[in-house]
Amino acid sequence: MSDEIFEKVIELVGPFSKDKEALKNATENSSFLKDLQMSSSRLVDVVLAIEDTFGIEVGDDEADKILTVGSAVSLIRAKQAAAA
Amino acid sequence: MKSEDRRVVVTGLGVVAPNGHGLKEFERALRAGTSGIRKIAALEELNFRCQVAGVPQNIPEKATQYFSDEDLLAMNQAMIYGAMAAIDAWRDAGFKVPERNSDEIFWDTGCVLGSGLSGMDTIGDVLVPKINAGKVRRMGSTLVEQTMASAISAKLSGLLALGNQVTSNSSACNTGTEAIQDAFLRIRFGLAERMLAGGAESSSVYVWGGFDAMRVLNGESNDQPTKASRPMSHSAGGFIPGSGGGVLMLESLDSAQQRGARIYAELLSAVVNCGGQRQGGSMTAPNSASVQRCIRGAVAAAKIAPEEIDAINGHLTATMGDLIEVNNWAQALECGPGKLPMISSTKSMIGHCLGAAGSIEAVAAVLELDRGFVHGSINCEDLHPELESFADNIVQKTRDEEISVIAKSSFGFGDVNGCLIFRKWRE
Repeated sequence: MSDEIFEKVIELVGPFSKDKEALKNATENSSFLKDLQMSSSRLVDVVLAIEDTFGIEVGDDEADKILTVGSAVSLIRAKQAAAA
Repeated sequence: MKSEDRRVVVTGLGVVAPNGHGLKEFERALRAGTSGIRKIAALEELNFRCQVAGVPQNIPEKATQYFSDEDLLAMNQAMIYGAMAAIDAWRDAGFKVPERNSDEIFWDTGCVLGSGLSGMDTIGDVLVPKINAGKVRRMGSTLVEQTMASAISAKLSGLLALGNQVTSNSSACNTGTEAIQDAFLRIRFGLAERMLAGGAESSSVYVWGGFDAMRVLNGESNDQPTKASRPMSHSAGGFIPGSGGGVLMLESLDSAQQRGARIYAELLSAVVNCGGQRQGGSMTAPNSASVQRCIRGAVAAAKIAPEEIDAINGHLTATMGDLIEVNNWAQALECGPGKLPMISSTKSMIGHCLGAAGSIEAVAAVLELDRGFVHGSINCEDLHPELESFADNIVQKTRDEEISVIAKSSFGFGDVNGCLIFRKWRE
Protein backbone atom coordinates (compact mmCIF):
# COMPACT_ATOMS: atom_id res chain seq x y z
CA MET A 1 0.00 0.00 0.00
CA SER A 2 2.73 2.44 0.96
CA ASP A 3 4.55 1.78 -2.31
CA GLU A 4 1.40 2.63 -4.20
CA ILE A 5 1.08 5.95 -2.39
CA PHE A 6 4.76 6.67 -2.95
CA GLU A 7 4.49 6.01 -6.69
CA LYS A 8 1.39 8.19 -6.92
CA VAL A 9 3.10 11.10 -5.15
CA ILE A 10 6.03 10.85 -7.54
CA GLU A 11 3.60 10.92 -10.45
CA LEU A 12 1.84 14.01 -9.05
CA VAL A 13 5.13 15.83 -8.50
CA GLY A 14 6.28 14.97 -12.06
CA PRO A 15 5.00 18.03 -13.91
CA PHE A 16 6.49 20.40 -11.32
CA SER A 17 9.96 18.90 -11.07
CA LYS A 18 12.73 20.46 -13.14
CA ASP A 19 15.03 17.47 -12.69
CA LYS A 20 13.44 14.43 -14.29
CA GLU A 21 16.51 12.25 -13.56
CA ALA A 22 16.29 12.97 -9.86
CA LEU A 23 12.59 12.21 -10.03
CA LYS A 24 13.30 8.73 -11.43
CA ASN A 25 15.70 8.02 -8.55
CA ALA A 26 13.61 9.65 -5.86
CA THR A 27 13.33 8.09 -2.39
CA GLU A 28 11.21 8.96 0.63
CA ASN A 29 14.05 11.25 1.72
CA SER A 30 14.04 13.30 -1.49
CA SER A 31 13.26 16.92 -0.81
CA PHE A 32 10.88 18.58 -3.28
CA LEU A 33 12.82 21.80 -3.55
CA LYS A 34 16.46 20.73 -3.29
CA ASP A 35 16.50 17.26 -4.80
CA LEU A 36 13.60 17.37 -7.23
CA GLN A 37 14.27 21.01 -8.21
CA MET A 38 10.76 22.32 -7.70
CA SER A 39 10.05 26.03 -7.36
CA SER A 40 8.92 26.68 -3.80
CA SER A 41 5.68 28.22 -5.03
CA ARG A 42 4.73 24.91 -6.70
CA LEU A 43 4.40 23.15 -3.30
CA VAL A 44 0.92 24.66 -3.27
CA ASP A 45 0.09 22.83 -6.48
CA VAL A 46 1.42 19.52 -5.18
CA VAL A 47 -0.81 19.83 -2.12
CA LEU A 48 -3.86 20.53 -4.32
CA ALA A 49 -3.03 17.51 -6.48
CA ILE A 50 -2.69 15.32 -3.35
CA GLU A 51 -6.06 16.57 -2.03
CA ASP A 52 -7.78 15.79 -5.34
CA THR A 53 -6.13 12.43 -5.90
CA PHE A 54 -6.54 11.01 -2.41
CA GLY A 55 -9.81 12.72 -1.53
CA ILE A 56 -8.37 14.32 1.60
CA GLU A 57 -8.14 17.84 2.96
CA VAL A 58 -4.76 19.22 3.94
CA GLY A 59 -4.72 22.15 6.34
CA ASP A 60 -2.30 25.03 5.91
CA ASP A 61 -0.19 23.95 8.89
CA GLU A 62 -0.01 20.41 7.59
CA ALA A 63 0.87 21.64 4.11
CA ASP A 64 3.80 23.63 5.50
CA LYS A 65 5.35 20.37 6.71
CA ILE A 66 5.24 18.63 3.34
CA LEU A 67 8.84 19.13 2.26
CA THR A 68 9.92 15.62 1.24
CA VAL A 69 8.30 12.79 -0.64
CA GLY A 70 8.24 10.82 2.61
CA SER A 71 6.47 13.56 4.56
CA ALA A 72 3.74 13.63 1.89
CA VAL A 73 3.36 9.84 1.98
CA SER A 74 3.14 9.81 5.80
CA LEU A 75 0.51 12.52 5.86
CA ILE A 76 -1.60 10.77 3.25
CA ARG A 77 -1.31 7.48 5.13
CA ALA A 78 -2.30 9.11 8.42
CA LYS A 79 -5.30 10.85 6.84
CA GLN A 80 -6.47 7.65 5.20
CA ALA A 81 -6.09 5.71 8.48
CA ALA A 82 -8.07 8.37 10.34
CA ALA A 83 -10.86 8.21 7.77
CA ALA A 84 -10.99 4.43 7.71
CA MET B 1 32.69 59.47 -27.23
CA LYS B 2 29.54 60.83 -25.65
CA SER B 3 27.09 58.16 -24.63
CA GLU B 4 24.51 59.69 -26.98
CA ASP B 5 26.82 58.80 -29.84
CA ARG B 6 26.73 55.08 -29.13
CA ARG B 7 25.21 53.49 -32.20
CA VAL B 8 22.51 50.83 -31.83
CA VAL B 9 22.03 48.05 -34.34
CA VAL B 10 19.66 45.13 -34.89
CA THR B 11 21.40 41.76 -34.68
CA GLY B 12 18.47 39.37 -34.20
CA LEU B 13 14.81 39.07 -35.14
CA GLY B 14 12.02 36.82 -33.92
CA VAL B 15 8.38 36.76 -34.96
CA VAL B 16 5.28 34.74 -34.13
CA ALA B 17 2.62 36.20 -36.42
CA PRO B 18 -0.78 35.07 -37.68
CA ASN B 19 0.66 34.61 -41.18
CA GLY B 20 3.95 33.04 -40.24
CA HIS B 21 6.29 31.95 -37.46
CA GLY B 22 9.97 32.60 -38.02
CA LEU B 23 11.68 34.84 -40.52
CA LYS B 24 11.41 32.51 -43.49
CA GLU B 25 7.67 31.94 -43.24
CA PHE B 26 6.99 35.56 -42.34
CA GLU B 27 9.03 36.98 -45.23
CA ARG B 28 7.35 34.60 -47.67
CA ALA B 29 3.91 35.64 -46.42
CA LEU B 30 4.74 39.35 -46.55
CA ARG B 31 6.05 39.09 -50.09
CA ALA B 32 3.09 37.03 -51.29
CA GLY B 33 0.47 39.11 -49.48
CA THR B 34 -0.70 36.10 -47.49
CA SER B 35 -3.40 36.93 -44.98
CA GLY B 36 -3.31 35.29 -41.55
CA ILE B 37 -6.90 36.27 -40.76
CA ARG B 38 -9.21 33.33 -40.15
CA LYS B 39 -12.73 32.59 -38.96
CA ILE B 40 -12.71 32.03 -35.18
CA ALA B 41 -15.44 29.71 -33.93
CA ALA B 42 -15.45 31.13 -30.41
CA LEU B 43 -16.21 34.63 -31.69
CA GLU B 44 -19.26 33.34 -33.54
CA GLU B 45 -20.47 31.33 -30.55
CA LEU B 46 -20.10 34.36 -28.30
CA ASN B 47 -22.02 36.68 -30.65
CA PHE B 48 -19.17 39.02 -31.50
CA ARG B 49 -19.86 41.43 -34.34
CA CYS B 50 -16.41 40.63 -35.69
CA GLN B 51 -15.91 36.87 -35.95
CA VAL B 52 -12.52 36.75 -37.65
CA ALA B 53 -9.08 37.37 -36.18
CA GLY B 54 -5.36 36.83 -36.63
CA VAL B 55 -4.03 33.94 -34.56
CA PRO B 56 -0.57 32.34 -34.93
CA GLN B 57 -0.93 28.71 -36.00
CA ASN B 58 0.12 25.43 -34.35
CA ILE B 59 1.62 27.18 -31.35
CA PRO B 60 0.77 24.58 -28.64
CA GLU B 61 2.67 21.91 -30.64
CA LYS B 62 5.61 24.22 -31.29
CA ALA B 63 5.76 25.46 -27.72
CA THR B 64 6.83 22.03 -26.47
CA GLN B 65 10.01 22.40 -28.54
CA TYR B 66 10.83 25.67 -26.76
CA PHE B 67 9.72 25.10 -23.19
CA SER B 68 9.72 22.32 -20.61
CA ASP B 69 6.43 20.95 -19.31
CA GLU B 70 7.21 22.67 -16.04
CA ASP B 71 7.59 26.03 -17.79
CA LEU B 72 4.36 25.55 -19.72
CA LEU B 73 2.36 24.98 -16.52
CA ALA B 74 2.65 28.69 -15.86
CA MET B 75 2.77 30.28 -19.32
CA ASN B 76 -0.30 31.80 -20.92
CA GLN B 77 -0.54 32.69 -24.59
CA ALA B 78 1.14 36.09 -24.52
CA MET B 79 4.02 34.66 -22.47
CA ILE B 80 4.44 31.84 -25.00
CA TYR B 81 4.26 34.15 -28.02
CA GLY B 82 6.68 36.64 -26.47
CA ALA B 83 9.17 34.06 -25.26
CA MET B 84 9.14 32.14 -28.54
CA ALA B 85 9.81 35.33 -30.49
CA ALA B 86 12.51 36.36 -28.01
CA ILE B 87 14.25 32.99 -28.09
CA ASP B 88 14.16 33.06 -31.89
CA ALA B 89 15.71 36.54 -31.88
CA TRP B 90 18.31 35.42 -29.33
CA ARG B 91 19.34 32.45 -31.47
CA ASP B 92 19.19 34.55 -34.63
CA ALA B 93 21.69 36.90 -32.97
CA GLY B 94 24.06 33.97 -32.49
CA PHE B 95 23.41 32.98 -28.87
CA LYS B 96 22.52 29.63 -27.35
CA VAL B 97 19.70 29.21 -24.88
CA PRO B 98 21.57 28.60 -21.61
CA GLU B 99 21.21 25.35 -19.70
CA ARG B 100 18.88 25.68 -16.76
CA ASN B 101 21.51 24.44 -14.33
CA SER B 102 24.16 26.87 -15.62
CA ASP B 103 24.97 29.75 -13.27
CA GLU B 104 26.16 32.11 -15.99
CA ILE B 105 24.23 35.39 -16.09
CA PHE B 106 24.18 37.86 -18.99
CA TRP B 107 24.73 41.02 -16.97
CA ASP B 108 24.89 43.22 -20.09
CA THR B 109 21.67 41.90 -21.59
CA GLY B 110 18.12 42.78 -20.58
CA CYS B 111 14.66 42.93 -22.09
CA VAL B 112 11.66 45.20 -22.50
CA LEU B 113 8.71 43.05 -23.52
CA GLY B 114 5.29 44.56 -23.13
CA SER B 115 1.67 43.85 -23.87
CA GLY B 116 -1.50 45.87 -24.27
CA LEU B 117 -3.77 43.82 -22.02
CA SER B 118 -1.88 41.51 -19.72
CA GLY B 119 -2.85 37.92 -18.92
CA MET B 120 -6.45 38.26 -20.06
CA ASP B 121 -6.82 34.59 -21.00
CA THR B 122 -5.62 33.54 -17.53
CA ILE B 123 -7.84 36.12 -15.86
CA GLY B 124 -10.90 35.15 -17.90
CA ASP B 125 -10.45 31.39 -17.93
CA VAL B 126 -9.15 30.75 -14.41
CA LEU B 127 -8.88 33.67 -12.01
CA VAL B 128 -12.34 35.19 -12.20
CA PRO B 129 -14.34 31.93 -12.38
CA LYS B 130 -12.44 30.36 -9.46
CA ILE B 131 -12.61 33.40 -7.24
CA ASN B 132 -16.29 34.00 -7.94
CA ALA B 133 -16.99 30.37 -7.08
CA GLY B 134 -15.28 30.86 -3.72
CA LYS B 135 -12.43 28.59 -4.75
CA VAL B 136 -9.46 30.86 -4.32
CA ARG B 137 -7.68 28.05 -2.47
CA ARG B 138 -8.03 25.88 -5.57
CA MET B 139 -6.34 28.28 -8.00
CA GLY B 140 -2.83 26.98 -7.55
CA SER B 141 0.39 28.92 -7.51
CA THR B 142 0.66 30.15 -11.10
CA LEU B 143 -1.82 33.01 -11.25
CA VAL B 144 0.33 35.94 -10.18
CA GLU B 145 3.22 35.15 -12.48
CA GLN B 146 0.82 34.92 -15.42
CA THR B 147 -1.25 38.01 -14.71
CA MET B 148 1.30 40.49 -13.35
CA ALA B 149 1.99 43.24 -15.87
CA SER B 150 5.59 42.06 -16.19
CA ALA B 151 4.62 38.42 -16.84
CA ILE B 152 6.29 38.17 -20.24
CA SER B 153 9.63 39.74 -19.36
CA ALA B 154 9.78 38.03 -15.97
CA LYS B 155 9.46 34.60 -17.60
CA LEU B 156 12.04 35.41 -20.24
CA SER B 157 14.70 36.50 -17.76
CA GLY B 158 14.68 33.00 -16.28
CA LEU B 159 14.74 31.25 -19.64
CA LEU B 160 17.74 33.25 -20.87
CA ALA B 161 19.50 34.24 -17.62
CA LEU B 162 19.20 37.95 -18.36
CA GLY B 163 20.96 40.16 -15.84
CA ASN B 164 20.32 43.71 -17.03
CA GLN B 165 17.01 45.59 -16.81
CA VAL B 166 14.07 43.21 -17.23
CA THR B 167 10.73 44.95 -17.56
CA SER B 168 7.41 45.16 -19.39
CA ASN B 169 6.06 48.40 -20.75
CA SER B 170 2.52 49.22 -21.78
CA SER B 171 1.20 51.99 -23.98
CA ALA B 172 -1.76 50.36 -25.73
CA CYS B 173 -1.16 49.88 -29.44
CA ASN B 174 2.17 51.71 -29.24
CA THR B 175 3.57 49.15 -26.77
CA GLY B 176 5.82 47.19 -29.15
CA THR B 177 7.26 50.34 -30.67
CA GLU B 178 7.76 51.94 -27.27
CA ALA B 179 9.56 48.82 -26.01
CA ILE B 180 12.06 49.23 -28.85
CA GLN B 181 12.49 52.87 -27.92
CA ASP B 182 13.09 52.06 -24.26
CA ALA B 183 15.66 49.40 -25.14
CA PHE B 184 17.32 51.69 -27.69
CA LEU B 185 17.86 54.42 -25.12
CA ARG B 186 19.22 51.99 -22.53
CA ILE B 187 21.89 50.84 -24.96
CA ARG B 188 22.55 54.33 -26.33
CA PHE B 189 23.22 55.63 -22.83
CA GLY B 190 25.62 52.81 -22.08
CA LEU B 191 23.48 51.01 -19.50
CA ALA B 192 23.27 47.78 -21.50
CA GLU B 193 24.99 46.17 -24.46
CA ARG B 194 22.08 44.08 -25.66
CA MET B 195 18.33 44.31 -25.14
CA LEU B 196 15.56 42.05 -26.40
CA ALA B 197 12.73 44.42 -27.24
CA GLY B 198 9.16 43.98 -28.36
CA GLY B 199 5.69 42.96 -27.34
CA ALA B 200 3.18 40.13 -27.29
CA GLU B 201 -0.59 39.90 -27.17
CA SER B 202 -2.77 36.87 -26.52
CA SER B 203 -5.50 35.51 -28.81
CA SER B 204 -8.24 35.94 -26.25
CA VAL B 205 -11.90 36.84 -26.52
CA TYR B 206 -11.34 38.77 -23.30
CA VAL B 207 -8.78 40.97 -25.07
CA TRP B 208 -10.92 41.50 -28.15
CA GLY B 209 -14.35 41.87 -26.53
CA GLY B 210 -13.84 45.43 -25.38
CA PHE B 211 -12.94 46.53 -28.89
CA ASP B 212 -15.93 44.70 -30.36
CA ALA B 213 -18.17 46.51 -27.89
CA MET B 214 -16.70 49.84 -29.01
CA ARG B 215 -17.71 48.97 -32.58
CA VAL B 216 -14.20 49.64 -33.82
CA LEU B 217 -13.81 46.13 -35.33
CA ASN B 218 -14.95 45.23 -38.84
CA GLY B 219 -18.05 43.05 -38.47
CA GLU B 220 -18.95 43.08 -42.15
CA SER B 221 -16.42 40.57 -43.50
CA ASN B 222 -17.04 37.50 -41.37
CA ASP B 223 -17.51 35.32 -44.43
CA GLN B 224 -14.34 36.57 -46.10
CA PRO B 225 -11.63 36.46 -43.45
CA THR B 226 -8.68 37.14 -45.75
CA LYS B 227 -10.45 40.23 -47.12
CA ALA B 228 -11.48 41.51 -43.71
CA SER B 229 -8.49 43.70 -42.83
CA ARG B 230 -8.71 46.58 -45.30
CA PRO B 231 -6.44 49.51 -44.34
CA MET B 232 -6.63 52.55 -46.61
CA SER B 233 -9.57 51.14 -48.59
CA HIS B 234 -12.90 52.86 -49.20
CA SER B 235 -14.58 49.80 -47.68
CA ALA B 236 -12.49 49.85 -44.47
CA GLY B 237 -14.95 49.31 -41.65
CA GLY B 238 -12.78 48.90 -38.60
CA PHE B 239 -9.77 46.84 -37.67
CA ILE B 240 -9.41 43.07 -37.31
CA PRO B 241 -7.95 41.89 -34.01
CA GLY B 242 -4.66 40.04 -34.19
CA SER B 243 -2.23 38.44 -31.78
CA GLY B 244 1.31 37.10 -31.55
CA GLY B 245 4.73 38.37 -30.66
CA GLY B 246 7.64 40.19 -32.24
CA VAL B 247 11.09 40.78 -30.76
CA LEU B 248 14.23 42.56 -31.94
CA MET B 249 17.68 41.99 -30.49
CA LEU B 250 19.10 45.49 -30.21
CA GLU B 251 22.83 45.73 -29.58
CA SER B 252 25.49 48.36 -29.28
CA LEU B 253 27.51 48.58 -32.47
CA ASP B 254 30.68 48.02 -30.41
CA SER B 255 29.40 44.76 -28.99
CA ALA B 256 28.05 43.57 -32.34
CA GLN B 257 31.34 44.25 -34.10
CA GLN B 258 33.46 42.79 -31.33
CA ARG B 259 31.69 39.47 -31.56
CA GLY B 260 31.42 39.58 -35.35
CA ALA B 261 27.63 39.52 -35.30
CA ARG B 262 25.55 39.78 -38.44
CA ILE B 263 23.97 43.25 -38.48
CA TYR B 264 20.58 43.72 -40.14
CA ALA B 265 20.13 47.43 -39.69
CA GLU B 266 20.98 50.43 -37.58
CA LEU B 267 18.23 51.91 -35.45
CA LEU B 268 18.93 55.58 -36.12
CA SER B 269 16.29 57.00 -33.84
CA ALA B 270 13.31 56.10 -31.70
CA VAL B 271 10.91 58.74 -30.42
CA VAL B 272 7.67 58.53 -28.45
CA ASN B 273 5.36 61.30 -27.32
CA CYS B 274 1.75 62.05 -26.40
CA GLY B 275 -0.78 64.52 -27.68
CA GLY B 276 -2.08 65.21 -24.20
CA GLN B 277 -5.62 64.50 -25.42
CA ARG B 278 -5.81 68.13 -26.50
CA GLN B 279 -6.10 69.88 -29.88
CA GLY B 280 -8.43 67.22 -31.26
CA GLY B 281 -6.68 64.37 -29.52
CA SER B 282 -8.62 62.17 -27.09
CA MET B 283 -8.36 58.79 -25.41
CA THR B 284 -9.01 57.18 -28.79
CA ALA B 285 -8.19 59.84 -31.41
CA PRO B 286 -4.80 61.29 -32.27
CA ASN B 287 -3.76 64.89 -31.90
CA SER B 288 -2.31 65.37 -35.37
CA ALA B 289 0.11 68.04 -34.21
CA SER B 290 1.66 65.57 -31.76
CA VAL B 291 1.83 62.82 -34.40
CA GLN B 292 3.70 65.18 -36.72
CA ARG B 293 5.91 66.32 -33.88
CA CYS B 294 6.79 62.69 -33.12
CA ILE B 295 7.68 61.94 -36.76
CA ARG B 296 9.67 65.17 -37.14
CA GLY B 297 11.47 64.43 -33.90
CA ALA B 298 12.46 61.00 -35.14
CA VAL B 299 13.71 62.39 -38.45
CA ALA B 300 15.75 65.06 -36.66
CA ALA B 301 17.19 62.59 -34.15
CA ALA B 302 18.13 60.26 -37.01
CA LYS B 303 20.10 63.17 -38.53
CA ILE B 304 18.64 62.50 -41.94
CA ALA B 305 16.64 64.62 -44.38
CA PRO B 306 12.97 63.65 -44.74
CA GLU B 307 13.51 62.76 -48.39
CA GLU B 308 15.99 60.06 -47.38
CA ILE B 309 13.09 57.95 -46.07
CA ASP B 310 12.32 55.36 -48.74
CA ALA B 311 9.43 53.59 -47.11
CA ILE B 312 6.96 53.82 -44.25
CA ASN B 313 5.48 50.90 -42.36
CA GLY B 314 2.44 52.73 -41.04
CA HIS B 315 0.14 52.13 -38.11
CA LEU B 316 -2.76 51.97 -40.64
CA THR B 317 -5.40 49.84 -38.93
CA ALA B 318 -8.39 50.21 -41.33
CA THR B 319 -10.29 52.92 -39.49
CA MET B 320 -10.82 56.57 -40.30
CA GLY B 321 -7.46 57.06 -38.61
CA ASP B 322 -5.77 55.88 -41.83
CA LEU B 323 -6.69 59.08 -43.67
CA ILE B 324 -5.43 61.22 -40.81
CA GLU B 325 -2.23 59.20 -40.59
CA VAL B 326 -1.29 59.40 -44.27
CA ASN B 327 -1.89 63.15 -44.26
CA ASN B 328 0.14 63.51 -41.08
CA TRP B 329 3.07 61.74 -42.72
CA ALA B 330 2.86 64.03 -45.75
CA GLN B 331 2.76 67.12 -43.55
CA ALA B 332 5.47 65.97 -41.16
CA LEU B 333 7.82 65.09 -44.02
CA GLU B 334 6.76 68.23 -45.87
CA CYS B 335 6.15 66.38 -49.07
CA GLY B 336 3.17 66.82 -51.36
CA PRO B 337 1.17 63.94 -52.78
CA GLY B 338 3.36 61.94 -55.12
CA LYS B 339 6.45 62.62 -53.03
CA LEU B 340 5.42 60.55 -50.03
CA PRO B 341 7.71 57.56 -49.39
CA MET B 342 6.24 54.16 -50.28
CA ILE B 343 3.74 53.29 -47.57
CA SER B 344 2.07 50.02 -46.61
CA SER B 345 0.25 48.31 -43.77
CA THR B 346 1.37 44.96 -42.37
CA LYS B 347 -1.98 44.89 -40.54
CA SER B 348 -3.67 44.26 -43.90
CA MET B 349 -2.35 40.69 -43.55
CA ILE B 350 -2.17 40.04 -39.80
CA GLY B 351 -4.77 42.36 -38.31
CA HIS B 352 -4.01 44.65 -35.41
CA CYS B 353 -1.85 42.73 -32.94
CA LEU B 354 -2.31 45.51 -30.34
CA GLY B 355 0.63 45.43 -27.90
CA ALA B 356 2.58 43.24 -30.29
CA ALA B 357 1.75 45.26 -33.41
CA GLY B 358 4.66 47.70 -33.33
CA SER B 359 7.29 45.04 -32.81
CA ILE B 360 5.91 42.48 -35.30
CA GLU B 361 5.71 45.29 -37.85
CA ALA B 362 9.22 46.46 -36.94
CA VAL B 363 10.45 42.94 -37.72
CA ALA B 364 8.73 43.29 -41.11
CA ALA B 365 10.37 46.67 -41.67
CA VAL B 366 13.86 45.40 -40.82
CA LEU B 367 13.36 42.36 -43.08
CA GLU B 368 12.33 44.68 -45.92
CA LEU B 369 15.52 46.71 -45.48
CA ASP B 370 17.71 43.65 -45.23
CA ARG B 371 16.14 41.65 -48.06
CA GLY B 372 15.35 44.52 -50.43
CA PHE B 373 11.58 44.66 -50.80
CA VAL B 374 8.56 46.64 -49.74
CA HIS B 375 5.59 44.42 -49.03
CA GLY B 376 2.22 45.16 -50.52
CA SER B 377 -0.72 46.36 -48.48
CA ILE B 378 -3.50 43.97 -49.43
CA ASN B 379 -7.24 44.68 -49.65
CA CYS B 380 -7.04 48.32 -50.73
CA GLU B 381 -7.90 47.84 -54.41
CA ASP B 382 -10.74 50.24 -53.69
CA LEU B 383 -8.42 52.91 -52.36
CA HIS B 384 -10.20 55.50 -50.25
CA PRO B 385 -11.06 58.47 -52.49
CA GLU B 386 -9.39 60.85 -50.05
CA LEU B 387 -6.13 58.93 -50.54
CA GLU B 388 -6.35 58.99 -54.34
CA SER B 389 -3.60 61.63 -54.59
CA PHE B 390 -1.26 59.22 -52.76
CA ALA B 391 -2.15 56.27 -55.03
CA ASP B 392 1.38 55.99 -56.45
CA ASN B 393 2.90 55.88 -52.97
CA ILE B 394 0.58 53.27 -51.49
CA VAL B 395 2.17 49.90 -52.23
CA GLN B 396 -0.50 47.36 -53.14
CA LYS B 397 1.73 44.71 -54.71
CA THR B 398 5.11 43.84 -53.25
CA ARG B 399 7.98 45.68 -54.90
CA ASP B 400 11.43 44.15 -55.09
CA GLU B 401 13.46 47.22 -54.44
CA GLU B 402 16.55 48.01 -52.41
CA ILE B 403 15.61 50.53 -49.77
CA SER B 404 17.97 52.33 -47.45
CA VAL B 405 15.77 53.94 -44.79
CA ILE B 406 12.39 52.84 -43.43
CA ALA B 407 10.22 54.50 -40.79
CA LYS B 408 7.86 52.57 -38.51
CA SER B 409 5.10 54.30 -36.62
CA SER B 410 2.55 53.24 -34.05
CA PHE B 411 -0.24 55.13 -32.31
CA GLY B 412 -2.24 54.09 -29.29
CA PHE B 413 -5.15 54.83 -26.98
CA GLY B 414 -4.17 57.58 -24.63
CA ASP B 415 -3.09 59.70 -27.62
CA VAL B 416 0.39 58.18 -27.59
CA ASN B 417 2.70 57.99 -30.59
CA GLY B 418 5.91 56.24 -31.52
CA CYS B 419 8.25 56.45 -34.49
CA LEU B 420 11.35 54.38 -35.28
CA ILE B 421 13.78 55.01 -38.13
CA PHE B 422 15.94 52.12 -39.34
CA ARG B 423 18.72 52.31 -41.91
CA LYS B 424 20.11 49.38 -43.83
CA TRP B 425 23.42 48.52 -42.23
CA ARG B 426 26.50 50.26 -43.55
CA GLU B 427 29.73 51.17 -41.71
